[in-house]
Order: sequence, then C-alpha cells, then structure tokens
Amino acid sequence: MFKIKNLHVSIDNKKILKDFNINIKPGELHVIMGPNGSGKSTLTNTIAGKENYEVTTGDIIYNNKSLLPLNPEERVGEGVFVSFQYPTSLPGVNNVYFLKEAVNSIRKYNGQDEISSVEFMKKIKSKISDVDFNESFINRPVNDGFSGGEKKRNEILQLLMMEPNVAILDETDSGLDIDALKTVAQGINSYRNSKRSIILITHYQRILDYLDPDKIHILIDGTIVKQGGLELVDTLEEKGYKWIQKEKA
Amino acid sequence: MQTKKEKDDIILSEALNKKYEYGFTTDIEQETLPPGLDENVIKTISNKKDEPEWLLDWRLKAYKRWKKMKTPNWAELSIPEIDYNSISYFSAPKKREYKSLDEVDPELLRTYEKLGIPIHEQKMLAGVAVDAVFDSVSIATTFKEDLEKAGVIFCPFSEAVKTYPDLVRKYLGSVVPIADNYFAALNSAVFSDGSFVYIPKGVTCPMELSTYFRINALNTGQFERTLIVADDNSYVSYLEGCTAPMRDENQLHAAVVELVALEEAEIKYSTVQNWYPGDENGKGGIYNFVTKRGNCLGKKSKISWTQIETGSAITWKYPSCILKGDDSKGEFYSVAVTTNKQQADTGTKMIHLGNNTKSTIISKGISAGDSCQSYRGEVKIGKKADNSQNYSQCDSILIGQNCSAHTFPYIDVQNQTAKMEHEATTSNISEDQLFYCNSRGISTEAAISLIVNGFCKEVFKKLPMEFAMEAQKLMELTLEDSVG
Repeated sequence: MFKIKNLHVSIDNKKILKDFNINIKPGELHVIMGPNGSGKSTLTNTIAGKENYEVTTGDIIYNNKSLLPLNPEERVGEGVFVSFQYPTSLPGVNNVYFLKEAVNSIRKYNGQDEISSVEFMKKIKSKISDVDFNESFINRPVNDGFSGGEKKRNEILQLLMMEPNVAILDETDSGLDIDALKTVAQGINSYRNSKRSIILITHYQRILDYLDPDKIHILIDGTIVKQGGLELVDTLEEKGYKWIQKEKA
Repeated sequence: MQTKKEKDDIILSEALNKKYEYGFTTDIEQETLPPGLDENVIKTISNKKDEPEWLLDWRLKAYKRWKKMKTPNWAELSIPEIDYNSISYFSAPKKREYKSLDEVDPELLRTYEKLGIPIHEQKMLAGVAVDAVFDSVSIATTFKEDLEKAGVIFCPFSEAVKTYPDLVRKYLGSVVPIADNYFAALNSAVFSDGSFVYIPKGVTCPMELSTYFRINALNTGQFERTLIVADDNSYVSYLEGCTAPMRDENQLHAAVVELVALEEAEIKYSTVQNWYPGDENGKGGIYNFVTKRGNCLGKKSKISWTQIETGSAITWKYPSCILKGDDSKGEFYSVAVTTNKQQADTGTKMIHLGNNTKSTIISKGISAGDSCQSYRGEVKIGKKADNSQNYSQCDSILIGQNCSAHTFPYIDVQNQTAKMEHEATTSNISEDQLFYCNSRGISTEAAISLIVNGFCKEVFKKLPMEFAMEAQKLMELTLEDSVG
C-alpha cells in the first residue's frame, strides 16, 4: 500500500538518495538503519514534502496515488504521517489547541465534521497515559522548553491522536533513557494494528527489543544495500556498517 | 512553478490583507461646518453646543497655544503635511434629541448593524451599555437607567458639561493639560464630543461600559474627548472600539482620553482600534494621533490600559500612567499589528512619583508587509518614589522581509531604591515552524494564526471576554475555544 520506487533526491543539486526502494504492506513494521549521513532524514523530509528536497526521478505512492504533487498538508490528510528527529518548537502555541487544529484539519480534508471539544478531550486523556504524560503537560506550548525525551513522546502523542495509516518515525528513539524508550515503544505498539504500516528509522537495535519488526533495511550512501530479518541487526551490532560496505565492495 | 515559500508568502499576504470589512459610508443628512480653523470656528462649535463661557475660554486658550506649537517629529514615522484648514471641525446629523430609537434614522441604525452592534440587541446583551458616538454628536445611550441606579454617570461629554459642570471643570485638562502636545492642544480647542464617566465612592460599576466611535463624514476630523473619574474605592471597566469607513482621503483622528483614579479606585480601559488602514499601496487611511493618560491620584489606586491596534495608516499613541498616589499601580498591555504600508509608533509612559508604586508593560508587535512599527516607552522613577518597581517586556514578530520593528525604551531613574526589569525579543515566524504545522495538516494561514495568537495570548487574556473575541476575529485568528 505504501511504496517508494526508484527514488532519487537532490538538495542544492547534491544527490542524496539514489534509487531508493521500499514496499510496505498494511500491518507491517519496517526498520531502516544506516550510518550518519546515509540519507535517512532526507527520506523523511522528502516524504513529508519539505521545500528544497528535489525528487529528480522516482515516485512515492500511497494507495495507488502519487504523493509527489501534493503539499505537506494534503499528504498527512491522505494518511501519511512523519515524526521528526528534531521537532520544531512553537512558543506560545498551546499543545491541546495545536493537536485539535491538526486533528480537525485532517478530518476536514477527508470531508468529516470537526471533532467536538468533549470528544476530543476524552480522546486526548486516554492517549496521554499511553505516552506517560500528565494532564498539565498538554497545555504547555508545543515543544517549547521540552526535553529531548518529551519532544519524542509528544510526536508519538500526535501519532496516536492523528491516527494515520502510514507512519514514518525518524529516530524517535534517539537520546531517550531506558524508561522513555519503553514508553515510546509502548506508544508505537498501541498505534500498530493490521491496517497500519510503520517505517521506523533508527541507529540502534535497543528499541527493537520492544517492537516486532517485519523487515530490516540497511541504508548506506542513499541506497538500500541489504534487507533481512532481525538477525541482520545482530550482525550489525557485532560488526558495524563497515562489514556491509566491505561485503558490498 | 511557484516554490513553497512563494505560495506561503501569497497565502500570508492574503490572510493579512483581507479587505477592510467596515468600509461603507452612511447616507444621512449632515450638518457640517465649512473646512477651516480660526477663532470663529471654535466660537461656532461652542455656540452650537450651547457651552458655558468657561469652556469657550478654555478652548480659545488651547487654540492660541496650539498655533504656536509644531507637529512632533521625534517618532519613527513619516507623516505627510496636514492642512488643518482643509478639515471641517464640526459635523452632526441634522436631527437630534431622540427620545427613542424609533426616531433615529434607520440608515444610521443599519450602519450599527453592519458594524455588528445592533442597538436593540445590545440592550439585551448581558451587561454591556453602549454610548454610540456617530461623528460628533452622541446619538443613543442605552442602559442609562441601570447605571443611574448605581449612581454611575455615563453620558455624552456635551451633556456632562451641562449637567455636571463642577465635575467636568474640576478634572478636564487635569491629566492632559491643554498644551501637553500638538494634537492634545488641537483637540482641546475643537473637541466635538465624547464620553464622560463618573463612578461614585465605593461603587463597582455594574457593567462594562462600552463606546463605539466611528468617523463617518468625508474629511471630518474626529476630535473625541473622554474623561473618566473613579472616586474612592470604586471600579470601572471601559471598552472602546473603533471602525471607520473606507475613504481615499486621509482622515485625522486626534482624541484625548483622561482617567483619574482616586484612593483605592481601579480603572481598566480597553481599546480595539481598527480604523481604516489605507489600501495596500498606502492610499487613504486614518491618522490616529491620540493622547491617553491616566492619573493614579489616590493611594493604592490602579489604572490598566489594554490596547489592540490593528488599524490606521499612522498611529501615534502612548497611553500612560502617572503614579502619584503611594502604592498605586499602572499597567500597559498592547498588541499592535501593522501590514502593507502602515506605520505605528506606540508605547507608554509610566511616571512613578509616589512610594511603592508598580508598573507593568507588556508590548507585542507584529509587523508584516512593508510596514514600520516602533515601541516607544518611558519609565521614569522620581526622586521621592521610594521602592518603585517596573517590569517591561517588548516582543516583536516580523513576517516577511520588508517590514521593520524598532524598540525605544527610555529609562530615567532618580531614586536608588527602584527595581527595573526590561526584556525584549524579536523573532520571525520561521519556515521550519510553518512546515512543521503543514506536516500536521495545518494550512499555512491557520499556522500563522496559531503562532500569532500564541504570541499575543498574554495581552488577549487581559481583555474582557467579548472584546477578546472581537480582537481575535479581527486578527483573522481561529479562536482557541473552550477546550482544556
């Protein structure tokens, strides 16, 4: 249902992604791992539709429809959500209002009525416990003055509230202590069901202990060079990325 | 193909350049003096209003002082030369003395309805009394009886001159002297009408008092005069909203507002100013040169100014507080938005004279388009004002590349026990912030609303509820509703 085909992406004429391919079915969780500078964040920003990420060839297809002509609002409206490695802060903007605006924007895009305030509050109260937030947290300004871990958990809260069909999670586990890591994993698991697809981008194997991925992709220098199951992660932990680069060579 | 940024800029400018919604004129027979200003004009105004001798003398004295004065040029504004002889100084609908609304020109009532203040409904609205000023003569005053029961005087200024001459004479010009500045002197000479409020000792005014001003006649300067006196231990909240029709000509608005708070009295004065700002090329629009000042005369008195300034081609306005009584407090909360070619030089003065006096200044400026905006504030701690405190915070947001924001804080401390704090920030709405909102489904337009609204929240909170809503609507913001 979510497919990236032969994707080439340049920033300022510098080629970052080269012939990137992935195909993910409903219910699946795929993991993309790779060393620094391999193009992981470029992939996220390209899927989200950020300006200046130029797709020179290839396509991103969801439900048999190309996302490329769509602007960022429309992409998330279609059901493709991206969580960022470094979420931007919005000083003064209340987190609850922001979330409500986000949820309603998506409903509007899909021709649905706005969610009532009562229903919204009920929903948010049930979801914040999934990411281990208390109620005072949700009235703080979006990401403003948040710790690294709080920002990541807030991204997961958005995921749970917005309920997309495809989630691309960029280094959602970076910089987390062990408790926060468990919380984030728990959030991802509560989002996951047989209809939803997840692409998790990570440096580390440790979050995978709490998740149940279907496939591991190794991204090096803008291309997926190896695919496999969890056993690939073990080898990687043991030998590092150099092993693949050598093997490739 | 347009880049994302270009598209954002277009959405942004569209959002900010919404056509002025209140641009209509009312076709009512008017009695208007020919343009020009001399002693005879002042005598005619005074005569038409049937004023006592002392007031005419007062006007003439102001006029003489004004003739010797010059337009202030210290503000960060470029003000085209104004021909004061091309302005008509008096304009009034011909028929007056209405006993009931039925006698009021239906055209005029329709104007109010277009403005969103249907007087009939206003009567039923919980607790808002409206003294509507249409050009120069007050037409309708509602809720008068309720206020009378509480002993509150709320009436057109010209009526107060006749009915409460002692009160008016005692306080008129006591806060803003006739020759305080060029525009105040002009106002003192030719002021048309306005509002007078007196809250007796120990009385909490039973409702928010509200006046809507509106400039209607072509080329008619509007010279409002407002005087509010809160006697010992009293409280009043006063709301002022403004709209003006669309005209190609520039119109002058030079109002004076004086507030007097006696012992332990509190006056809260809120303004939403959306005079016609001119078109996107800077043609037309109101020149808003206003003197507003309050005197915390009594011990433990408090005066609080809240202003939302979105309109006018040029704004020159510094609502100020003189903190004369010991333990008195002055506050200034401001949101100013400028777009297109608008210019605003606005801020406050806090003059600490009494002991243990405190002042708070929160100023939020939003500049967009080719506009130029300045915060200008003075905090003065007098020699005898022991243990005085001031907190100032001035934040600016810039939208786009062609606007500017300036901050001019003047601090004059003559007493070593004073505590002063000043914070200032300037920021942009960043591409990253807009993209982040977009990636959460939120359009660029809604994202700007969210961010700007968040930026102004501190000040909006200070407004009475119905005004806060008007202010947010004004700024094209989706209101943060009752969630949470």
